[in-house]
Amino acid sequence: MIIQALAFYVFAAIAIASGVMVVTSRNPVHSVLYLILAFFNAAALFVLIGAEFIAMILIVVYVGAVAVLFLFVVMMLDINFVELRQGFMRYMPIGALIGLVLLAELVFVGGAWTFSGEATQVMLAKTPEIAAVHNTEAIGNLMYTRYVYLFQAAGLVLLVAMIGAIVLTHRQRDGVRKQRIGAQIAVRREDVVEVVKVTKGGGV
Amino acid sequence: MTDLLAEYLPILIFLVIAVGLSAVMVAASMIIVPQKPDSEKVSAYECGFEAFNDSRGQFDVRFYLVAILFIIFDLEVAFLFPWAVSLGNIGIFGFWSMMVFLGVLTIGFVYEWRKGALEWE
Repeated sequence: MIIQALAFYVFAAIAIASGVMVVTSRNPVHSVLYLILAFFNAAALFVLIGAEFIAMILIVVYVGAVAVLFLFVVMMLDINFVELRQGFMRYMPIGALIGLVLLAELVFVGGAWTFSGEATQVMLAKTPEIAAVHNTEAIGNLMYTRYVYLFQAAGLVLLVAMIGAIVLTHRQRDGVRKQRIGAQIAVRREDVVEVVKVTKGGGV
Repeated sequence: MTDLLAEYLPILIFLVIAVGLSAVMVAASMIIVPQKPDSEKVSAYECGFEAFNDSRGQFDVRFYLVAILFIIFDLEVAFLFPWAVSLGNIGIFGFWSMMVFLGVLTIGFVYEWRKGALEWE
């Protein structure tokens, strides 16, 4: 139990520290790498509260794919980051205001959760015992039947993302000679090979 | 809960050893090795690249398309895992719910194949 508490504080501290580094580091590529570290620590925190599946998905999807996408975005956009930083003091008040609003919302959510007795009952009712039903199984039991509309909506969102990415970034380039395997295989001997009778001394 | 975390204890030990070992390696090489910094040591050798310039290079937008298509199918596979685990409990409705989901994404897959988004040039 002491190891659990110790591990929680270590992972939480590293997560917060790397979150601070994401915002403050000068090189945007370093920011993305610190973001990956924060994802890893968040995954460890999920494991500590028993949400194994979410932790693994966080590593597979966020570290494996989303972070790579962020790196691409950072690499692709031609932004002068020195110039971008110059308006820091000008944008400071509105940034601080948004931060305060988010903090207040978090406090309200936490306060409502703590003070209403109903919330804890709902929480206890929804979660099955982890020894009886495995975490992944508990998600699977609900997601495809009870929350079927949300599940199908997720599929549609993925479809829209796929089509949107293709429409926005795919360009058909002119003058590119592609390999057409069907045409290659369909070639018949008569079309390309000709047997010529060469007479003696006549040439072709 | 505690049983679950007990299964993760070897990973935690592994993590501690990995972090500790790499810290010892970096610290030892900083302490033991004689440090004589020289600007010639970090300069490019003959035809080498310039060692310290900006790490951001311009990328082609096509890499982004490949990455985002990868994420979408990655998420699709992520949805398959809990479905496969609890297929015995959710019955025929759960089975067809997943089939509809896969069908919707197959429409997108056919679209991207026909558009030639999977081809490089």
